Amino acid sequence: MWLTNSSIGRKVIMSVTGIVLILFLTFHACMNLVALFSAEAYNAVCGALGANWYAVLATAVLAALVAVHFIYAIILTLQNRKARGNNRYAVTSKPEKVEWASQNMFVLGVIVVLGLLLHLYNFWYNMMFAELVQGHAAEVTLGGKIYEPTDGAGIMAYTFSQPVFTVIYIVWFVAIWFHLTHGFWSAFQTLGLNNKIWFNRWKKIGSVYVTVLMLIFVVVALYYCFCGGCVAGSGCYSL
Amino acid sequence: MAKNISFTLKYWKQNGPKDAGHFEERHMENIPDDTSFLEMLDILNELLIEEGKEPFVFDHDCREGICGMCSLYINGTPHGKTERGATTCQLYMRRFNDGDVITVEPWRSAAFPVIKDCMVDRSAFDKIQAAGGYISVRTGAPQDANNILIPKDDADEAMDCATCIGCGACVAACKNGSAMLFVSSKVSQLALLPQGRPEAARRAKAMVAKMDELGFGNCTNTRACEAVCPKNETVSNIARLNREFIKAKMHD
Ligand code: HEM
Ligand code: SF4
Ligand code: FES
Repeated sequence: MWLTNSSIGRKVIMSVTGIVLILFLTFHACMNLVALFSAEAYNAVCGALGANWYAVLATAVLAALVAVHFIYAIILTLQNRKARGNNRYAVTSKPEKVEWASQNMFVLGVIVVLGLLLHLYNFWYNMMFAELVQGHAAEVTLGGKIYEPTDGAGIMAYTFSQPVFTVIYIVWFVAIWFHLTHGFWSAFQTLGLNNKIWFNRWKKIGSVYVTVLMLIFVVVALYYCFCGGCVAGSGCYSL
Repeated sequence: MAKNISFTLKYWKQNGPKDAGHFEERHMENIPDDTSFLEMLDILNELLIEEGKEPFVFDHDCREGICGMCSLYINGTPHGKTERGATTCQLYMRRFNDGDVITVEPWRSAAFPVIKDCMVDRSAFDKIQAAGGYISVRTGAPQDANNILIPKDDADEAMDCATCIGCGACVAACKNGSAMLFVSSKVSQLALLPQGRPEAARRAKAMVAKMDELGFGNCTNTRACEAVCPKNETVSNIARLNREFIKAKMHD
Protein backbone atom coordinates (compact mmCIF):
# COMPACT_ATOMS: atom_id res chain seq x y z
CA MET A 1 0.00 0.00 0.00
CA TRP A 2 1.68 3.18 -1.20
CA LEU A 3 0.31 5.27 1.68
CA THR A 4 2.33 3.30 4.20
CA ASN A 5 5.33 2.00 2.27
CA SER A 6 6.48 5.11 0.38
CA SER A 7 7.96 8.25 1.91
CA ILE A 8 5.47 10.50 0.11
CA GLY A 9 2.57 8.22 1.12
CA ARG A 10 3.52 8.45 4.78
CA LYS A 11 3.63 12.20 4.46
CA VAL A 12 0.16 12.16 2.88
CA ILE A 13 -1.10 10.39 5.99
CA MET A 14 0.44 13.11 8.20
CA SER A 15 -0.99 15.80 5.98
CA VAL A 16 -4.56 14.49 5.73
CA THR A 17 -4.86 13.62 9.43
CA GLY A 18 -3.34 17.03 10.25
CA ILE A 19 -5.80 18.91 8.03
CA VAL A 20 -8.80 17.10 9.56
CA LEU A 21 -7.48 17.94 13.03
CA ILE A 22 -7.21 21.60 12.01
CA LEU A 23 -10.83 21.47 10.85
CA PHE A 24 -11.81 20.01 14.22
CA LEU A 25 -9.91 22.77 16.03
CA THR A 26 -11.82 25.27 13.90
CA PHE A 27 -15.13 23.77 15.02
CA HIS A 28 -13.96 23.73 18.63
CA ALA A 29 -12.88 27.39 18.46
CA CYS A 30 -16.27 28.43 17.02
CA MET A 31 -17.98 26.56 19.82
CA ASN A 32 -15.79 28.23 22.44
CA LEU A 33 -16.63 31.64 20.99
CA VAL A 34 -20.22 31.05 22.11
CA ALA A 35 -18.95 30.75 25.69
CA LEU A 36 -17.73 34.35 25.48
CA PHE A 37 -21.26 35.60 24.96
CA SER A 38 -23.55 33.32 26.92
CA ALA A 39 -23.02 30.50 29.38
CA GLU A 40 -26.53 29.15 28.68
CA ALA A 41 -25.97 29.04 24.94
CA TYR A 42 -22.62 27.31 25.48
CA ASN A 43 -24.21 24.74 27.76
CA ALA A 44 -26.93 24.19 25.18
CA VAL A 45 -24.18 23.28 22.68
CA CYS A 46 -22.60 20.99 25.29
CA GLY A 47 -26.00 19.42 25.88
CA ALA A 48 -26.58 18.90 22.16
CA LEU A 49 -23.25 17.04 21.93
CA GLY A 50 -23.27 15.35 25.34
CA ALA A 51 -22.94 11.60 25.15
CA ASN A 52 -25.13 11.29 22.06
CA TRP A 53 -24.07 8.68 19.56
CA TYR A 54 -22.85 11.19 16.98
CA ALA A 55 -20.68 12.98 19.51
CA VAL A 56 -19.24 9.70 20.79
CA LEU A 57 -18.59 8.57 17.21
CA ALA A 58 -16.90 11.85 16.34
CA THR A 59 -14.75 11.59 19.48
CA ALA A 60 -13.69 8.07 18.53
CA VAL A 61 -12.77 9.25 15.01
CA LEU A 62 -10.76 12.14 16.45
CA ALA A 63 -8.94 9.83 18.83
CA ALA A 64 -8.09 7.57 15.89
CA LEU A 65 -6.83 10.53 13.84
CA VAL A 66 -4.59 11.74 16.66
CA ALA A 67 -3.32 8.19 17.16
CA VAL A 68 -2.51 7.74 13.46
CA HIS A 69 -0.90 11.19 13.23
CA PHE A 70 1.14 10.50 16.36
CA ILE A 71 2.20 6.98 15.34
CA TYR A 72 3.30 8.18 11.90
CA ALA A 73 5.10 11.12 13.49
CA ILE A 74 7.11 8.59 15.51
CA ILE A 75 7.77 6.38 12.47
CA LEU A 76 8.86 9.34 10.31
CA THR A 77 11.07 10.75 13.03
CA LEU A 78 12.82 7.43 13.63
CA GLN A 79 13.32 6.78 9.90
CA ASN A 80 14.66 10.28 9.41
CA ARG A 81 17.15 9.95 12.24
CA LYS A 82 18.39 6.74 10.69
CA ALA A 83 18.67 8.38 7.27
CA ARG A 84 20.60 11.24 8.80
CA GLY A 85 23.14 8.79 10.22
CA ASN A 86 25.07 8.83 13.48
CA ASN A 87 27.72 11.36 12.52
CA ARG A 88 26.88 14.89 13.60
CA TYR A 89 28.39 18.01 12.10
CA ALA A 90 30.89 19.77 14.34
CA VAL A 91 29.80 23.18 13.07
CA THR A 92 26.24 23.96 12.00
CA SER A 93 24.40 27.08 10.93
CA LYS A 94 20.69 27.48 10.39
CA PRO A 95 19.77 29.34 7.19
CA GLU A 96 17.30 32.20 7.77
CA LYS A 97 14.72 30.58 5.52
CA VAL A 98 14.38 27.58 7.78
CA GLU A 99 11.61 28.08 10.35
CA TRP A 100 12.31 26.90 13.87
CA ALA A 101 8.99 25.07 14.06
CA SER A 102 9.74 23.05 10.92
CA GLN A 103 12.73 21.43 12.62
CA ASN A 104 10.95 20.80 15.92
CA MET A 105 7.61 19.39 14.81
CA PHE A 106 7.99 16.23 16.86
CA VAL A 107 8.89 17.98 20.13
CA LEU A 108 5.99 20.37 19.60
CA GLY A 109 3.72 17.41 18.87
CA VAL A 110 4.70 15.72 22.14
CA ILE A 111 3.78 18.91 24.05
CA VAL A 112 0.48 18.90 22.15
CA VAL A 113 -0.27 15.32 23.25
CA LEU A 114 0.61 16.00 26.89
CA GLY A 115 -1.68 19.03 26.85
CA LEU A 116 -4.35 16.94 25.21
CA LEU A 117 -4.20 14.33 27.99
CA LEU A 118 -4.62 17.04 30.62
CA HIS A 119 -7.46 18.54 28.63
CA LEU A 120 -9.27 15.20 28.41
CA TYR A 121 -8.86 14.76 32.17
CA ASN A 122 -10.16 18.28 32.92
CA PHE A 123 -13.14 18.23 30.60
CA TRP A 124 -13.90 15.05 28.68
CA TYR A 125 -13.64 12.89 31.81
CA ASN A 126 -16.13 15.13 33.66
CA MET A 127 -18.45 15.59 30.73
CA MET A 128 -18.89 12.92 28.04
CA PHE A 129 -17.25 10.18 30.08
CA ALA A 130 -19.30 10.96 33.22
CA GLU A 131 -22.48 10.83 31.19
CA LEU A 132 -21.48 7.59 29.50
CA VAL A 133 -20.80 5.95 32.85
CA GLN A 134 -23.54 7.44 35.02
CA GLY A 135 -26.27 8.03 32.45
CA HIS A 136 -28.35 11.15 31.97
CA ALA A 137 -28.74 12.16 35.61
CA ALA A 138 -24.95 12.23 36.05
CA GLU A 139 -23.29 14.59 38.48
CA VAL A 140 -19.64 15.41 39.04
CA THR A 141 -18.12 17.00 42.11
CA LEU A 142 -15.29 19.50 41.45
CA GLY A 143 -13.75 21.55 44.22
CA GLY A 144 -16.60 20.60 46.57
CA LYS A 145 -19.28 21.77 44.15
CA ILE A 146 -21.68 19.61 42.14
CA TYR A 147 -21.83 20.13 38.37
CA GLU A 148 -24.01 18.61 35.67
CA PRO A 149 -21.83 17.06 32.92
CA THR A 150 -23.39 19.39 30.35
CA ASP A 151 -22.44 22.48 32.39
CA GLY A 152 -19.44 23.22 30.16
CA ALA A 153 -19.30 26.86 31.21
CA GLY A 154 -19.30 25.91 34.90
CA ILE A 155 -16.52 23.35 34.49
CA MET A 156 -14.53 25.87 32.44
CA ALA A 157 -14.97 28.49 35.15
CA TYR A 158 -13.88 25.94 37.75
CA THR A 159 -10.81 24.84 35.76
CA PHE A 160 -9.57 28.29 34.81
CA SER A 161 -10.18 29.73 38.27
CA GLN A 162 -6.98 27.84 39.09
CA PRO A 163 -4.18 29.95 37.53
CA VAL A 164 -1.87 26.92 37.04
CA PHE A 165 -4.30 25.47 34.53
CA THR A 166 -4.69 28.77 32.71
CA VAL A 167 -0.91 29.00 32.37
CA ILE A 168 -0.51 25.37 31.24
CA TYR A 169 -3.30 25.76 28.69
CA ILE A 170 -1.74 28.91 27.24
CA VAL A 171 1.63 27.18 26.90
CA TRP A 172 -0.23 24.36 25.16
CA PHE A 173 -1.96 26.78 22.77
CA VAL A 174 1.37 28.39 21.91
CA ALA A 175 2.85 24.95 21.13
CA ILE A 176 -0.10 24.16 18.84
CA TRP A 177 0.34 27.57 17.21
CA PHE A 178 4.01 26.82 16.45
CA HIS A 179 3.15 23.31 15.21
CA LEU A 180 0.51 24.67 12.88
CA THR A 181 2.40 27.70 11.54
CA HIS A 182 4.56 25.12 9.83
CA GLY A 183 1.99 22.30 9.62
CA PHE A 184 -0.58 24.34 7.70
CA TRP A 185 1.44 25.14 4.57
CA SER A 186 3.43 21.93 4.88
CA ALA A 187 0.21 19.92 4.61
CA PHE A 188 -0.63 21.53 1.25
CA GLN A 189 2.95 21.22 0.04
CA THR A 190 2.86 17.51 0.86
CA LEU A 191 -0.33 17.01 -1.14
CA GLY A 192 1.35 18.71 -4.10
CA LEU A 193 -1.06 21.64 -3.98
CA ASN A 194 1.69 24.19 -4.15
CA ASN A 195 3.89 26.10 -6.59
CA LYS A 196 5.98 29.27 -6.70
CA ILE A 197 2.93 31.56 -6.53
CA TRP A 198 0.92 29.60 -3.98
CA PHE A 199 3.91 29.13 -1.71
CA ASN A 200 3.68 32.62 -0.20
CA ARG A 201 -0.12 32.53 -0.34
CA TRP A 202 -0.36 29.32 1.71
CA LYS A 203 2.15 30.67 4.20
CA LYS A 204 0.19 33.93 4.66
CA ILE A 205 -3.19 32.20 4.77
CA GLY A 206 -1.75 29.71 7.23
CA SER A 207 -0.29 32.27 9.62
CA VAL A 208 -3.45 34.38 9.67
CA TYR A 209 -5.75 31.38 10.04
CA VAL A 210 -3.75 29.68 12.74
CA THR A 211 -3.16 32.90 14.69
CA VAL A 212 -6.87 33.76 14.73
CA LEU A 213 -7.72 30.17 15.65
CA MET A 214 -5.35 29.99 18.59
CA LEU A 215 -6.18 33.53 19.77
CA ILE A 216 -9.81 32.46 20.21
CA PHE A 217 -8.72 29.65 22.53
CA VAL A 218 -6.42 31.99 24.47
CA VAL A 219 -9.07 34.70 24.84
CA VAL A 220 -11.70 32.25 26.08
CA ALA A 221 -9.28 30.74 28.59
CA LEU A 222 -8.29 34.20 29.89
CA TYR A 223 -11.91 35.33 30.02
CA TYR A 224 -12.88 32.34 32.14
CA CYS A 225 -9.77 32.83 34.25
CA PHE A 226 -10.70 36.40 35.15
CA CYS A 227 -14.49 36.52 34.75
CA GLY A 228 -15.52 32.86 34.91
CA GLY A 229 -17.28 33.29 38.26
CA CYS A 230 -19.73 35.86 36.88
CA VAL A 231 -20.28 34.07 33.58
CA ALA A 232 -21.10 30.78 35.21
CA GLY A 233 -23.27 32.46 37.83
CA SER A 234 -21.17 31.71 40.90
CA GLY A 235 -20.20 35.35 41.49
CA CYS A 236 -17.07 37.39 40.85
CA TYR A 237 -13.90 35.87 42.36
CA SER A 238 -12.22 39.20 42.74
CA LEU A 239 -14.85 40.44 45.19
CA MET B 1 43.63 44.96 -4.20
CA ALA B 2 44.26 41.39 -3.33
CA LYS B 3 45.56 40.81 0.16
CA ASN B 4 46.87 37.77 1.99
CA ILE B 5 45.11 36.11 4.89
CA SER B 6 46.24 33.63 7.54
CA PHE B 7 43.80 31.33 9.28
CA THR B 8 43.38 27.99 11.05
CA LEU B 9 42.07 25.14 8.94
CA LYS B 10 40.32 22.21 10.64
CA TYR B 11 39.78 19.41 8.16
CA TRP B 12 38.17 15.99 8.56
CA LYS B 13 40.29 12.85 8.16
CA GLN B 14 38.56 9.48 7.99
CA ASN B 15 39.90 6.17 6.76
CA GLY B 16 36.86 4.65 5.09
CA PRO B 17 33.23 4.33 6.16
CA LYS B 18 33.90 2.30 9.32
CA ASP B 19 36.60 4.55 10.80
CA ALA B 20 35.50 7.01 13.51
CA GLY B 21 37.36 9.90 11.88
CA HIS B 22 38.88 13.01 13.45
CA PHE B 23 39.81 16.61 12.70
CA GLU B 24 43.31 17.66 11.83
CA GLU B 25 44.38 21.27 12.32
CA ARG B 26 46.76 23.40 10.34
CA HIS B 27 47.69 27.03 10.41
CA MET B 28 47.66 28.38 6.85
CA GLU B 29 49.92 31.39 6.31
CA ASN B 30 49.64 34.17 3.74
CA ILE B 31 47.07 32.74 1.39
CA PRO B 32 46.16 35.30 -1.30
CA ASP B 33 42.45 36.06 -0.97
CA ASP B 34 41.85 35.55 -4.68
CA THR B 35 42.76 31.89 -4.25
CA SER B 36 39.78 29.60 -4.68
CA PHE B 37 38.88 27.34 -1.78
CA LEU B 38 40.01 24.23 -3.66
CA GLU B 39 43.28 25.91 -4.70
CA MET B 40 43.84 26.66 -1.02
CA LEU B 41 43.37 22.92 -0.34
CA ASP B 42 45.84 22.19 -3.17
CA ILE B 43 48.36 24.40 -1.32
CA LEU B 44 47.64 22.42 1.85
CA ASN B 45 48.25 19.16 0.01
CA GLU B 46 51.54 20.40 -1.47
CA LEU B 47 52.70 21.23 2.05
CA LEU B 48 51.59 17.82 3.33
CA ILE B 49 53.29 15.98 0.48
CA GLU B 50 56.52 17.93 1.01
CA GLU B 51 56.42 16.88 4.65
CA GLY B 52 55.93 13.27 3.58
CA LYS B 53 52.40 13.17 5.04
CA GLU B 54 49.25 11.77 3.50
CA PRO B 55 47.35 14.39 1.46
CA PHE B 56 43.82 15.44 2.37
CA VAL B 57 41.24 13.73 0.10
CA PHE B 58 38.30 15.66 -1.33
CA ASP B 59 36.15 15.46 -4.47
CA HIS B 60 36.43 17.86 -7.40
CA ASP B 61 36.43 17.81 -11.15
CA CYS B 62 35.38 20.68 -13.42
CA ARG B 63 36.17 23.44 -10.91
CA GLU B 64 33.73 25.70 -12.69
CA GLY B 65 30.46 24.88 -10.98
CA ILE B 66 28.93 22.59 -13.58
CA CYS B 67 29.81 19.00 -12.79
CA GLY B 68 28.54 18.58 -9.22
CA MET B 69 31.61 16.75 -8.01
CA CYS B 70 32.90 19.12 -5.31
CA SER B 71 31.21 18.71 -1.97
CA LEU B 72 32.58 20.28 1.19
CA TYR B 73 30.62 21.29 4.30
CA ILE B 74 32.40 24.51 5.22
CA ASN B 75 31.77 26.29 8.53
CA GLY B 76 28.35 24.70 8.87
CA THR B 77 27.10 25.26 5.31
CA PRO B 78 27.28 22.88 2.34
CA HIS B 79 29.51 24.56 -0.31
CA GLY B 80 30.28 27.30 2.22
CA LYS B 81 28.57 30.67 2.55
CA THR B 82 28.37 32.19 -0.90
CA GLU B 83 25.69 34.09 -2.66
CA ARG B 84 23.60 31.04 -3.67
CA GLY B 85 24.39 29.88 -7.14
CA ALA B 86 27.92 28.81 -6.28
CA THR B 87 29.55 25.50 -5.50
CA THR B 88 32.62 24.84 -3.32
CA CYS B 89 34.86 25.18 -6.37
CA GLN B 90 33.47 28.69 -6.91
CA LEU B 91 34.10 29.76 -3.33
CA TYR B 92 37.00 32.19 -2.90
CA MET B 93 39.17 32.95 0.11
CA ARG B 94 38.03 36.58 0.04
CA ARG B 95 34.88 35.29 1.79
CA PHE B 96 37.03 34.66 4.88
CA ASN B 97 38.90 36.91 7.27
CA ASP B 98 42.37 36.95 8.71
CA GLY B 99 42.43 34.84 11.87
CA ASP B 100 39.30 32.79 11.05
CA VAL B 101 38.92 29.15 12.01
CA ILE B 102 37.67 27.32 8.92
CA THR B 103 36.10 23.91 9.55
CA VAL B 104 35.82 21.51 6.62
CA GLU B 105 33.62 18.40 6.94
CA PRO B 106 32.23 15.82 4.52
CA TRP B 107 28.53 15.53 3.60
CA ARG B 108 27.24 13.55 6.58
CA SER B 109 24.28 11.36 5.69
CA ALA B 110 23.69 7.62 6.02
CA ALA B 111 23.10 7.24 2.27
CA PHE B 112 26.45 8.95 1.48
CA PRO B 113 29.12 6.82 3.20
CA VAL B 114 32.59 8.32 3.47
CA ILE B 115 35.12 6.82 1.05
CA LYS B 116 38.03 8.73 2.49
CA ASP B 117 38.33 12.02 4.41
CA CYS B 118 35.85 14.38 2.76
CA MET B 119 35.19 12.24 -0.31
CA VAL B 120 31.78 10.59 -0.01
CA ASP B 121 30.05 7.97 -2.12
CA ARG B 122 27.15 9.63 -3.94
CA SER B 123 26.45 6.76 -6.31
CA ALA B 124 23.00 6.52 -4.67
CA PHE B 125 22.08 9.53 -6.84
CA ASP B 126 23.18 7.68 -9.98
CA LYS B 127 21.02 4.71 -9.00
CA ILE B 128 17.98 6.96 -8.53
CA GLN B 129 18.66 8.57 -11.90
CA ALA B 130 19.05 5.16 -13.54
CA ALA B 131 15.71 4.07 -12.08
CA GLY B 132 13.81 6.42 -14.38
CA GLY B 133 15.41 9.82 -14.86
CA TYR B 134 15.42 9.59 -18.63
CA ILE B 135 13.02 9.19 -21.54
CA SER B 136 12.89 6.06 -23.67
CA VAL B 137 10.01 6.97 -25.97
CA ARG B 138 10.88 7.34 -29.65
CA THR B 139 11.09 11.05 -30.33
CA GLY B 140 12.25 10.56 -33.93
CA ALA B 141 14.85 12.51 -35.85
CA PRO B 142 15.29 16.24 -35.11
CA GLN B 143 12.13 17.97 -36.22
CA ASP B 144 11.24 21.47 -37.14
CA ALA B 145 11.42 23.53 -33.96
CA ASN B 146 7.82 24.59 -34.31
CA ASN B 147 6.42 21.07 -34.48
CA ILE B 148 6.22 20.66 -30.73
CA LEU B 149 5.12 23.90 -29.14
CA ILE B 150 6.23 24.42 -25.56
CA PRO B 151 5.16 27.48 -23.56
CA LYS B 152 8.17 29.64 -22.69
CA ASP B 153 7.45 29.45 -18.93
CA ASP B 154 7.48 25.65 -19.04
CA ALA B 155 10.65 25.55 -21.11
CA ASP B 156 12.38 27.95 -18.69
CA GLU B 157 11.19 26.05 -15.66
CA ALA B 158 12.32 22.71 -17.12
CA MET B 159 15.72 24.24 -17.88
CA ASP B 160 16.02 25.59 -14.32
CA CYS B 161 15.23 22.13 -12.94
CA ALA B 162 17.76 20.58 -15.30
CA THR B 163 20.53 22.77 -13.90
CA CYS B 164 20.61 20.57 -10.78
CA ILE B 165 24.11 19.11 -10.88
CA GLY B 166 23.46 16.28 -8.44
CA CYS B 167 25.98 17.53 -5.90
CA GLY B 168 24.03 16.31 -2.86
CA ALA B 169 24.26 19.55 -0.84
CA CYS B 170 20.50 19.28 -0.30
CA VAL B 171 20.90 15.90 1.42
CA ALA B 172 23.87 17.17 3.42
CA ALA B 173 21.86 20.11 4.74
CA CYS B 174 18.70 18.14 5.55
CA LYS B 175 18.08 17.04 9.13
CA ASN B 176 16.01 14.18 7.67
CA GLY B 177 18.66 13.08 5.15
CA SER B 178 16.04 13.52 2.43
CA ALA B 179 16.92 13.59 -1.26
CA MET B 180 13.63 15.17 -2.34
CA LEU B 181 15.09 18.35 -3.83
CA PHE B 182 17.39 16.37 -6.10
CA VAL B 183 14.78 13.78 -7.10
CA SER B 184 12.08 16.40 -7.62
CA SER B 185 14.37 18.46 -9.85
CA LYS B 186 15.21 15.42 -11.96
CA VAL B 187 11.54 14.43 -12.21
CA SER B 188 10.49 18.01 -13.00
CA GLN B 189 12.98 18.62 -15.80
CA LEU B 190 11.20 15.91 -17.81
CA ALA B 191 7.66 16.17 -16.41
CA LEU B 192 7.40 19.76 -17.67
CA LEU B 193 8.11 18.85 -21.29
CA PRO B 194 5.80 17.03 -23.72
CA GLN B 195 8.45 14.40 -24.49
CA GLY B 196 8.62 13.57 -20.81
CA ARG B 197 4.89 13.17 -20.25
CA PRO B 198 4.28 9.65 -21.64
CA GLU B 199 6.54 8.13 -18.96
CA ALA B 200 5.89 10.70 -16.23
CA ALA B 201 3.88 8.43 -13.92
CA ARG B 202 6.28 5.50 -14.20
CA ARG B 203 9.26 7.79 -13.69
CA ALA B 204 7.91 9.42 -10.52
CA LYS B 205 7.05 6.05 -8.99
CA ALA B 206 10.33 4.36 -9.92
CA MET B 207 12.58 7.22 -8.77
CA VAL B 208 10.76 7.65 -5.45
CA ALA B 209 10.82 3.89 -4.83
CA LYS B 210 14.57 3.83 -5.46
CA MET B 211 15.11 6.87 -3.24
CA ASP B 212 13.22 5.19 -0.38
CA GLU B 213 15.00 1.88 -0.92
CA LEU B 214 18.42 3.55 -0.66
CA GLY B 215 17.58 4.89 2.80
CA PHE B 216 16.98 8.60 2.22
CA GLY B 217 14.59 10.19 4.75
CA ASN B 218 11.01 11.48 4.57
CA CYS B 219 10.78 15.16 3.62
CA THR B 220 9.16 17.35 6.29
CA ASN B 221 9.43 20.58 4.32
CA THR B 222 12.06 22.30 6.43
CA ARG B 223 13.52 23.99 3.32
CA ALA B 224 17.12 23.62 4.45
CA CYS B 225 17.78 22.14 0.97
CA GLU B 226 16.71 25.13 -1.08
CA ALA B 227 18.64 27.46 1.24
CA VAL B 228 21.92 25.76 0.25
CA CYS B 229 21.32 24.55 -3.31
CA PRO B 230 24.03 26.05 -5.54
CA LYS B 231 21.64 25.92 -8.49
CA ASN B 232 18.72 27.58 -6.69
CA GLU B 233 16.31 24.69 -7.08
CA THR B 234 13.16 25.42 -5.06
CA VAL B 235 10.75 23.34 -3.00
CA SER B 236 8.06 23.99 -5.60
CA ASN B 237 9.82 21.14 -7.44
CA ILE B 238 9.05 18.96 -4.42
CA ALA B 239 5.38 19.96 -4.59
CA ARG B 240 5.42 18.96 -8.28
CA LEU B 241 6.98 15.58 -7.48
CA ASN B 242 4.39 14.98 -4.72
CA ARG B 243 1.65 15.82 -7.22
CA GLU B 244 3.08 13.54 -9.93
CA PHE B 245 3.57 10.70 -7.46
CA ILE B 246 0.14 10.94 -5.80
CA LYS B 247 -1.58 11.22 -9.20
CA ALA B 248 0.33 8.19 -10.48
CA LYS B 249 -0.59 6.09 -7.45
CA MET B 250 -4.25 7.13 -7.63
CA HIS B 251 -4.35 5.91 -11.25
CA ASP B 252 -3.04 2.46 -10.38
C1 HEM C 1 -0.23 13.89 18.63
C2 HEM C 1 0.73 14.82 18.72
C3 HEM C 1 1.35 15.33 17.47
C4 HEM C 1 2.57 15.03 17.01
C5 HEM C 1 3.59 14.16 17.70
C6 HEM C 1 2.74 15.68 15.75
C7 HEM C 1 3.88 15.61 14.99
C8 HEM C 1 3.97 15.98 13.69
C9 HEM C 1 5.09 15.74 12.84
C10 HEM C 1 6.38 15.03 13.22
C11 HEM C 1 4.78 16.22 11.62
C12 HEM C 1 5.66 16.08 10.40
C13 HEM C 1 6.45 17.27 10.13
C14 HEM C 1 5.99 17.97 8.88
O1 HEM C 1 5.33 17.38 8.04
O2 HEM C 1 6.32 19.11 8.77
C15 HEM C 1 3.48 16.81 11.72
C16 HEM C 1 2.84 17.43 10.71
C17 HEM C 1 1.64 18.01 10.85
N1 HEM C 1 0.86 18.07 11.99
FE1 HEM C 1 1.23 17.23 13.72
N2 HEM C 1 1.63 16.38 15.46
C18 HEM C 1 0.74 16.19 16.51
C19 HEM C 1 -0.49 16.74 16.66
C20 HEM C 1 -1.06 17.50 15.72
C21 HEM C 1 -2.32 18.13 15.88
C22 HEM C 1 -3.20 18.07 17.14
C23 HEM C 1 -2.55 18.79 14.71
C24 HEM C 1 -3.72 19.63 14.30
C25 HEM C 1 -4.44 20.32 15.05
C26 HEM C 1 -1.44 18.55 13.83
C27 HEM C 1 -1.33 19.04 12.56
C28 HEM C 1 -0.27 18.76 11.69
C29 HEM C 1 -0.22 19.16 10.31
C30 HEM C 1 -1.27 19.95 9.57
C31 HEM C 1 0.99 18.68 9.79
C32 HEM C 1 1.51 18.85 8.37
C33 HEM C 1 1.43 17.62 7.56
C34 HEM C 1 2.43 17.61 6.44
O3 HEM C 1 3.37 18.37 6.42
O4 HEM C 1 2.29 16.80 5.56
N3 HEM C 1 -0.54 17.79 14.47
N4 HEM C 1 3.00 16.65 12.99
S1 SF4 D 1 19.02 20.06 -5.92
FE1 SF4 D 1 20.69 21.56 -5.69
S2 SF4 D 1 21.77 20.89 -3.82
FE2 SF4 D 1 20.52 19.14 -4.50
S3 SF4 D 1 21.83 17.91 -5.83
FE3 SF4 D 1 20.75 19.33 -7.20
S4 SF4 D 1 22.14 21.10 -7.36
FE4 SF4 D 1 22.86 19.92 -5.58
S1 FES E 1 34.17 20.75 -9.20
FE1 FES E 1 32.58 20.66 -10.72
S2 FES E 1 31.00 21.74 -9.69
FE2 FES E 1 32.66 22.04 -8.32
